Amino acid sequence: MLNYVKLVALGLVFLFAALAADWGRDLAYQVHALIIMAVSGGMFVWILRRTDERTSMPDASGYMDGVIRAGVIATGFWGVVGFLVGVVIAFQLAFPALNIDWAQPFANFGRLRPLHTSAVIFAFGGNALIMSSFYIVQRTCGARLWGGNLAWFVFWGYQLFIVLAATGYVLGATQSKEYAEPEWYVDIWLTIVWVAFLAVYLGTIFMRRERHIYVANWFLLSFIITVAMLHIVNNLSIPVSIWGSKSVQVFSGVQDAMTQWWYGHNAVGFFLTAGFLGMMYYFVPKQAGRPVYSYKLSIIHFWALIFLYIWAGPHHLHYTALPDWASTLGMVFSIILWMPSWGGMINGLMTLQGAWDKLRTDPIIRMMVVSLAFYGMSTFEGPMMSIRAVNSLSHYTDWTIGHVHSGALGWNGMITFGALYFLTPKLWGRAQMYSMSAINWHFWLATIGIVLYAASMWVTGIMEGLMWREVDDQGFLVNSFADTVSAKFPMYVVRGLGGVLYLSGALIMVWNMWMTIRGGSKVSAPVGVPAE
Amino acid sequence: METYSFLRELADSWVLLALTAFFIGTIFWAFRPGSRATHQDTSNIPFRNDTLPCGKECEGRSCGETGKFDLEAGQ
Repeated sequence: MLNYVKLVALGLVFLFAALAADWGRDLAYQVHALIIMAVSGGMFVWILRRTDERTSMPDASGYMDGVIRAGVIATGFWGVVGFLVGVVIAFQLAFPALNIDWAQPFANFGRLRPLHTSAVIFAFGGNALIMSSFYIVQRTCGARLWGGNLAWFVFWGYQLFIVLAATGYVLGATQSKEYAEPEWYVDIWLTIVWVAFLAVYLGTIFMRRERHIYVANWFLLSFIITVAMLHIVNNLSIPVSIWGSKSVQVFSGVQDAMTQWWYGHNAVGFFLTAGFLGMMYYFVPKQAGRPVYSYKLSIIHFWALIFLYIWAGPHHLHYTALPDWASTLGMVFSIILWMPSWGGMINGLMTLQGAWDKLRTDPIIRMMVVSLAFYGMSTFEGPMMSIRAVNSLSHYTDWTIGHVHSGALGWNGMITFGALYFLTPKLWGRAQMYSMSAINWHFWLATIGIVLYAASMWVTGIMEGLMWREVDDQGFLVNSFADTVSAKFPMYVVRGLGGVLYLSGALIMVWNMWMTIRGGSKVSAPVGVPAE
Repeated sequence: METYSFLRELADSWVLLALTAFFIGTIFWAFRPGSRATHQDTSNIPFRNDTLPCGKECEGRSCGETGKFDLEAGQ
């Protein structure tokens, strides 16, 4: 019976999308309508072929791991795509001719840049978060994912969001909010998917067999709830027409700027920090084979992070129309935030107490340790850059870009690689990854890549900041903007090479994952071998 | 504007006090007497349940088998 309802609904969606493809007022909207048409048409046929057929009941015995396997593959795939676009735009900055003439306006730096940021943060990072939260919540609750195929809806719905967002950027649909570029209908779709994600996650926690909720789940749950709140408030907009992608923001002026950076910084705080800390609090103890160093510290880490992060946003708006008290508030909270961040880093690192020898033998734990080191480094650098006097030098320069990448490539990237190397053999029933030396290669390529990236951006950022403020004895500015651009060329090339190294490490990882999944003999023991 | 002034005043007095008290409270809660055993047990959760613990779902099968069923079903 449910299938008939689905068929009717999909038919209506198909009809609407067909109308939208014809009546759409801009290219991005029309292409999106065609994508929706293809997806709903395909799903219609897929469901129709299964209607009134006898299908076997889904096996409800073990954990639901199929959707996590799909998530592992999607994480690897989007990672490579995102890193590749990043390398391309890095070289576009060094060699402007790479903004190829015949591919304008689609391959312009301005359109590829949001494609890169969204691909790495939301496609690579988001898939990593969704698949690992599905994995962690089942194992730490001792319960199968709640809601049956709802988890699959979350997975595919999220991929559809990524495709709509990415094609939208290239075709010119954007609401011009950094890290929240997708237009109104893509935002609505993400909201639906996210609520389903929350339902699956909470449902599983409600069904748990363990009495207590493990700390990783606290971090992951706060990530899901806060991102929902941030996403809805920052995307309050009114579409100009239902047949077009353009929309108008509800907030304006400095209120809009404050809302945007309240969103933007908490996307860092709750998407890239709280969510990935949830992964850290599960995968690091698991890979080290010992429980987290101090559970008390993890509780304090959690509440301090929750209470402090939400206020830090205004440090993005120093020396603007924002009232001074607001930007001072943001700065003070950013500096206080240093403490819990380092508490969390120490907690993660000290988990290896008594097992430090694993650093020599286990490249996966080495990746996790380096990721924690970068977490510590960027959570020191961030508060420092939020101080108004430092910010007057660093803001609008490449120092900011370097800071973001030491956090994103170092902390988020490395912990995700560690999680992928942990999960791939487990989920496909293999004893270990196909090649351990390939993990070593990946580790060094990625680490050297990050060092090249961060170092070159420090140099170019501080140089540029100093050049901008240099005045002669008459009080005139010494350098024009173009002077700084040409002075930055060597550092831009080094940055691009760092990106190439990081990308090639990721390609080695994908090859290694492929070989692990395809080749190698299956282990006869059940998927999860109980810890000794 | 009235609403704004009221909320602004509420935010930097009672709500600030309540949030600070809650935050300090969580720290004391973490160090409450008897929490050590609970925390030890909770921090060991990742090392249990590598396969789904037996409940009503896997009646008639032995516990360790669940993982294999999982693989075959492709779920």
